[in-house]
Amino acid sequence: MPFVPHTDEDEKVMLDTIGVNSIEDLFDEIPGELRAGELLQIPDGISEMELLRLMNERARRDEVVLSFLGAGAYEHHIPGVVWDLTSRGEFLTAYTPYQAEASQGLLQLIYEYQTMISRLTAMDVANASVYDGASAMAEAMLMAVRANRKSKSKKILCAGNVHPGYLAACRSIVRNQQISIDIIDWDVDTGNLDTNYLQSGEDYAALVISYPNFFGGLEDVNHLTDWAHQEQALVVAVVNPISLGLLNPPGNWGDDGADIVVSEGQPLGIPVSSGGPYLGIMCCRQAIVRQMPGRIIGRTTDLDGKEGFTLTLQAREQHIRRAKATSNICTNQGLLVTAATIYMSLMGDKGIYEVARQCHHGLLTLLEKARRLPGVEPRFHGPRFHEVVLKLPVTAKKVLAGMAEQGILGGYDLGGFSENLENCVLVNVTETKTIEDIEKFVACLATVLEV
Amino acid sequence: MVEFPKNLRFAKTHEWARLEDDGTVTVGISDHAQEALGDVVFVELPDVDTALDAGGEAGVVESVKAASDIYSPVSGTVLEINNELEDKPEIVNEAPYDNGWFFRLTPSNSDELNSLLKSEDYQRLCEEETH
Amino acid sequence: MLIFELGGKGRSAKAQYRQMDTEIEIPESHLRKTPAGLPEVSELQVVRHFTNLSKKNFSIDGEFYPLGSCTMKYNPRGVHKAASIPGFLNRHPFAPEAHSQGYLACMYELQEYLKDVTGMQVISLTPMAGAQGEFAGVAMIRAYHNKNNDLDRSEILIPSAAHGTNPATAVMCGYKVREIAVNAEGDLDLDELKKAVGPQTAGLMMTNPSTCGVFERQIKEISSVVHEAGGLLYYDGANLNAILGKVKPGDMGFDVLHMNLHKTFATPHGGGGPGSGPVGVRSRLAPFVPTPIVGKREQDGKDYFYWRDEQEIPETIGSLSAFMGNAGILLRAYAYARLLGREGMHRVGEYATLNANYMARQLEQSGFELAYPKRRATHEFIVTLSKEAKQLGVNAMDFAKRLMDYGYHAPTTYFPLLVPECLLIEPTETESLEEIDGFVKAMKCILKEAKDCPELVTGAPYNMPVRRLDDVKAARELDLSLMK
Repeated sequence: MPFVPHTDEDEKVMLDTIGVNSIEDLFDEIPGELRAGELLQIPDGISEMELLRLMNERARRDEVVLSFLGAGAYEHHIPGVVWDLTSRGEFLTAYTPYQAEASQGLLQLIYEYQTMISRLTAMDVANASVYDGASAMAEAMLMAVRANRKSKSKKILCAGNVHPGYLAACRSIVRNQQISIDIIDWDVDTGNLDTNYLQSGEDYAALVISYPNFFGGLEDVNHLTDWAHQEQALVVAVVNPISLGLLNPPGNWGDDGADIVVSEGQPLGIPVSSGGPYLGIMCCRQAIVRQMPGRIIGRTTDLDGKEGFTLTLQAREQHIRRAKATSNICTNQGLLVTAATIYMSLMGDKGIYEVARQCHHGLLTLLEKARRLPGVEPRFHGPRFHEVVLKLPVTAKKVLAGMAEQGILGGYDLGGFSENLENCVLVNVTETKTIEDIEKFVACLATVLEV
Repeated sequence: MVEFPKNLRFAKTHEWARLEDDGTVTVGISDHAQEALGDVVFVELPDVDTALDAGGEAGVVESVKAASDIYSPVSGTVLEINNELEDKPEIVNEAPYDNGWFFRLTPSNSDELNSLLKSEDYQRLCEEETH
Repeated sequence: MLIFELGGKGRSAKAQYRQMDTEIEIPESHLRKTPAGLPEVSELQVVRHFTNLSKKNFSIDGEFYPLGSCTMKYNPRGVHKAASIPGFLNRHPFAPEAHSQGYLACMYELQEYLKDVTGMQVISLTPMAGAQGEFAGVAMIRAYHNKNNDLDRSEILIPSAAHGTNPATAVMCGYKVREIAVNAEGDLDLDELKKAVGPQTAGLMMTNPSTCGVFERQIKEISSVVHEAGGLLYYDGANLNAILGKVKPGDMGFDVLHMNLHKTFATPHGGGGPGSGPVGVRSRLAPFVPTPIVGKREQDGKDYFYWRDEQEIPETIGSLSAFMGNAGILLRAYAYARLLGREGMHRVGEYATLNANYMARQLEQSGFELAYPKRRATHEFIVTLSKEAKQLGVNAMDFAKRLMDYGYHAPTTYFPLLVPECLLIEPTETESLEEIDGFVKAMKCILKEAKDCPELVTGAPYNMPVRRLDDVKAARELDLSLMK
């Protein structure tokens, strides 16, 4: 075992102290028939040098030249500072800050994170994060059912154009608590929610809105928010944190703003990394903070009156409240909170605004060039952020495979998503794409379509 | 010194109930309970007009180290809640039998009060718990 | 000082973004009206601020961290490096299979390794933390009973010493919880269990070794009692490190389990996450595993790895994340397994157990009371300070706080709940004899201080960035975000 420091001499001293002859004797309470034989599936150990060689070879097999895939995971520029600092052992190898005096660095950092996130979303409070955007949305649904004191309903009304992966995860998570999810259809021409489907009088605990929606489109969130509040339903907003540099934050939607906001924090300095680890952002209005799951950090003072930070509202959590906890969750994505906090500190309002604007502009450029190709057009009309649904003259599957052969990931195939999206592909552009990259995309698409 | 006032009835779950002259019942948590909880930081109360069952959940009292459900000792309809606890939960520690009351209800069956513990029986219960 | 207090109007790290005058085609009504109010600082200010914050943290890299039930072992740097190779970091979760063979090969092999160490037949890597693995496990138990039309099974049995996530999880899956007592030796009360099981029993959740730091000796009987009643047995992998390479949960009779890779497979805790909580099942629960999992088939004479989703596993409890869990953490666990290899894997439980037993004996000989003195320690053990609390007025929390002044992170305090004034201590296999001796020495010093000058201990810590914090104030006067 490469990380066990014991010398033969150490081992002897320790065994003598315990008063046994061998390590084997320490397992004498375990019935013999339970003892494992050799682990046959595990290969012989290798050195770090061999490991890096192996892993480099495998990583190289997966490399692509250029990616226009988004669909919930976005390739943004990550400043060098972010992971250099985040990888410091003091952040990387610390445990949950239960012992506040030995964790002031992390606790202050999370307090700063909570402040930044609540300002970005224009909400009162944020928690110290949950696993990812999908689980945050599921937790928001559960929270809304607990928090809505005007409605005893266990029904959630959810936009049909939220990320399908989020919706699937939510269904798995809330299913066993007798919570049902009704879907509002999206309009086949605009891709936005069909407000004709909003019928008064049904009792819902909450309305879930995605902004931008899965197609990159921008809903009339003011109208939707006011409608939900009129119906005594809470509003759960699912947003992209980078887009909030440019777009109206959920705290300002309609007359009273959203009640709960969740978001995938990955765009804030976190690599796409095969889908995780990411960062589940969760915020709410002050009035319902006690129903919010997960850790929350508060500012207080110490015995000498000096400012300090500590976990608070812990009585709601599983380690105290057990079966009555707000959630079974006991992890926050501490390391990713660190990365996102450093990212937001570097960028500031101006930086995030610029990034959001350039993503949007890059998309407009791509769209303008791509629609010159015969048979290629945007599937939906209306304002969008940094993703667009392109309708192609042939199946998306065929086109994407052809582009991938040239090292370009052209987007996300929407063919399986809905019968209304045959031959459709979801394309994303971020600030990382230059005009040359966009031209490469269009040229590649053109050659594939010609074949 | 933990107090067990003679004029109150107690539930095993540590709530007290007091029959008022107008026939309503006031409910709070016992001195023993507030001491076991430690500094109370938050109290969640039922809404006015809520119908409660005897032994049914009526709210939550939260300290730094614990969150405990409050059960209504008798059945009835909530008439009034102690709004002062929202901003000053410490009153529960300071005066559990007085300003630290939780809610007042119109009992649906005042006989239920008689099935609650008398002060001395409750005191015995608490002493057994601590030993 | 908060980062918001460092700023200068309009300052930011300008090397990190371009400034271009670009058009916007979004109607005014959708646009943000006022800036959010993020920090306005230079790149160097950011670097200094967060470097200084990092110095106010204990960590495995800096301090011995004998936190019971958390397995704070060394997180090899080479593993972090291997998982941070750009090809892995830049791989999009929706990248086509043909462009994912390197990554999928790692995941497939990890599934195989985890099957071997747990004795399970199918592994799903997707749960993003232990609690989510637990959720998936209990949801599978529910799916299994539903499939058998066995709909009256409404109760999950849980030992009273269990971690709080167990009951919280059971409730999230729609079950009622029934607690089973633990006896004075730290074993489950078998008679009570026998009385508790019945047609309402969906399953039993437990760890073994238990949270009392001892091996549950009656596990075979427990398994037959629960199985005979028609229930399933859930293994909470929180303490898997104790038996890694020595005992397989599948051999003990468990039907389903989760592992905490951030414990047993040394992935960094990151200040509270990310974790990773893969689940494993025996074949009768295989139809219900959370998706996706990685499959292998032959294609053109070569191994081809592919995703198996709900098309292939139609009775799955579903997916639990937008993509497939904490991929980067799974890569780390894979790299760790490769470094250890078969031989190393066998040694983990052995040396974790050696260290814990040695430390327990040393503390006992220094005058501390063990909660289960007649039992062998597993990878962790419990010291109870109820005598010190009564006689000296110095409790477990005071010891924990004073340890920080000596440069040691505190053990887990006040858990399990059934042992009064307890410290749950887990040294892990990667700590050296010198480090353990140093900790024991510090404990001895604190015990002496507690006798000579108890207020010194009850007022600790003194050498940390802050002294004890006012938790009551924090909860009563909630200050969760800086006002503008």
